Amino acid sequence: MGFDLTQILDYSLIAMLLAVGFAVVRMRNLFAAVMLTGVYSLLSAAWFVSLDAVDVAFTEAAVGAGISTVLMLGAMLLTAREAEPGGATRHWMALVMVTAAGAALFFAIPDMPVYGDAMSIANSYVGYEYMVQTPEDIAVPNVVTAVLSSYRGYDTMGETTVIFTAALSVMLLLGLGSKRSRKKDGEDKA
Amino acid sequence: MFDILADRAIYMPIIVLMMMGLYVVVATGNLVKRLVGLSIFQTSVCLLYITVGKVFGGQPPILPPAHHGEDHGEGHAAEAGHAAAAASSHDAPVHDAPAHDAADHAEPAHGEAAHAEPAVADTGHAEEAAHGAASHAQDAVQHVADAAHHADAAPVHVEGAIDGVLYSNPLPHVLILTAIVVGVATLAVGLALVVRIREAYGTIEDTALSAADYSAETGGRE
Amino acid sequence: MSPHLILRVVSKLLIPMIVVFALYVQFHGDFGPGGGFQAGVVTAVAVILYALIFGLDAAKAAVPPSVAQAGAALGVFIFVGVGFATLFLGANFLDYDVLHPNYEHRSGQHYGILLVELGVLSTVSSVMLVIFYAFASRVPDIKDEEW
Repeated sequence: MGFDLTQILDYSLIAMLLAVGFAVVRMRNLFAAVMLTGVYSLLSAAWFVSLDAVDVAFTEAAVGAGISTVLMLGAMLLTAREAEPGGATRHWMALVMVTAAGAALFFAIPDMPVYGDAMSIANSYVGYEYMVQTPEDIAVPNVVTAVLSSYRGYDTMGETTVIFTAALSVMLLLGLGSKRSRKKDGEDKA
Repeated sequence: MFDILADRAIYMPIIVLMMMGLYVVVATGNLVKRLVGLSIFQTSVCLLYITVGKVFGGQPPILPPAHHGEDHGEGHAAEAGHAAAAASSHDAPVHDAPAHDAADHAEPAHGEAAHAEPAVADTGHAEEAAHGAASHAQDAVQHVADAAHHADAAPVHVEGAIDGVLYSNPLPHVLILTAIVVGVATLAVGLALVVRIREAYGTIEDTALSAADYSAETGGRE
Repeated sequence: MSPHLILRVVSKLLIPMIVVFALYVQFHGDFGPGGGFQAGVVTAVAVILYALIFGLDAAKAAVPPSVAQAGAALGVFIFVGVGFATLFLGANFLDYDVLHPNYEHRSGQHYGILLVELGVLSTVSSVMLVIFYAFASRVPDIKDEEW
C-alpha cells in the first residue's frame, strides 16, 4: 500500500504512548503520574480513532481521560503526594517477572491474526455476521449500538449492574456524601 | 519466520506497554501508583483487542442509513440470503442480506461487479484482494448469467465486504466498551479502599502496612 | 473582581452546551458513535465541572446526592424493567420485537434500544456523580501541608 500519513500518525502515537508509559514508571510524584495517565488515555483514544473504533475512542476519551483522572486526583488528595522509592531487589524481581511474562506473550504473537486482515478468523464469523444481519434484524445504522443493546443486551444489563454495585461499594466505604456530613469520622455512618 | 512477525508487528509495542503497566503494579509499594499502573495495563489490553479488529481499507462499523429503508424489497432475498449464509458459511459468494434492488437482478449484479473493482483497488492488501476478487468477480458474472431469474442475485464477494465496502469488526468494540466502563468502576472501588486504608493506618506504602499489621498481630493484644 | 472570573463566566456558558451535547450523543447513538455510556459520562462531567468551579456545596444544591443515588437505581430498574416487560408481553427476556407491532420497520427494536439506553444514561451519570461526591466530601487529613 505504501507509506501514507495514517501510518506516520500511528507510529508517532505509539512512540508517544511508549514515552508516556516509561515516564509513569519512573515518576515518583503522584500528581504527575496521575496526569500522565490521563495523557496516556487521551493518546489511546486518538489511536482508537485511527483504528476505526470510534465508539471506543469516545468512551476512552470521556472515561479514561475525564472521569478516571478526576477520581485518581481525588484519591491522591486524600492519601499521599509522593511514592516511596522501592528497594533494588524489588525492582529487579519485578523486571524479571515482567520480562518472563512479556517473552511468553511475544512467543504467542505468531498465533495472533494478521493485522488488518479482513478475513482473519477473528474478523470472520460472528463479527461479520453482526455486520450483515443488523439491517434486517434491528435496522439501526450504528452496528456497535445494535450489538451492545440488542444482540448482547444481557451483557449490557450485567455491566449496568456492575457499575451500580461499584457505586454502592464506594458509598459504603466513603459515606453517602450527603449535604450535612462534612466531617470525617472513624466508622461508617448513614 | 520474519515475515510472520512483520505481519503482526503492531502487537509488539502494545505488549511492551502492557508490561510497563504490569511492572508498575509489581515494583511499586505505593497503592495509588499501583492502581495507576493497573489502569495503564488495562488501557493497553483494550488497545490489543481493538488492533485485532482493525481491517485495512475499512470504515468504522456504521452502516449508511439508506440500508434500513429498503426492507420491503428484500423480503425473499433476505430469507434466501439468510438460509444460504447459514448453510454455507465457507463458500465464496456470501449472499449479503441487504441485496440490491429486487426488481432487476442481472443489471445491478453487473453494476456490482463493476463497482467491486474500484472498491478492491482501494483496499489495503491490493494484491491478494485483487486476485481473490477478480476470481470471485468472474465467478459472480458466471453465476449471474446462470441464475438470472433467481431472487437471490449473487453479489460479488470482496473478501468480507458488504455492498463493496469493508468495515471494521464491531465485536471487539462492543467488548472493549464494556470493559472500559467496568474498569473505571473497579478503579473507583480500589481508590475508595486506598482512602480508607490511609485513614486507618496513616500510610499507603505496602511495606509499612504489612509491618503495622505484623506488629499489631504479634505486639498488642487485639 | 473575584479570582477565577474567566473560569466562572466561561463555565456558565459551557455547562449548558455540555448537557445539550450529552443529550445529542445519547439520542444519536443509533446513527453515529455514541450511546448511553458516553452520554452518561459527559452529563456527569458537566456537573463535576460545576462543582470544581463553583464549589461542592453549590453543586450539591444543584444536583443533590439523594437524586444521584436514586438515579443510579432507576437506571438499572429501567433496564431490567424492559426485560420484564417483554416477558409479560409473551416473548423472551429482552426480546424487543414485541414492544411494538410494526415489525416491518423494526419499531420494537428501536423502542427497546431507546429505553435501554435511557436506563444506561441514568445509571452511568448518577454513578459517576455519586462516586465524585463520595470522594470530594471526604475531609483529607493532610491539610495541604505538602502543597
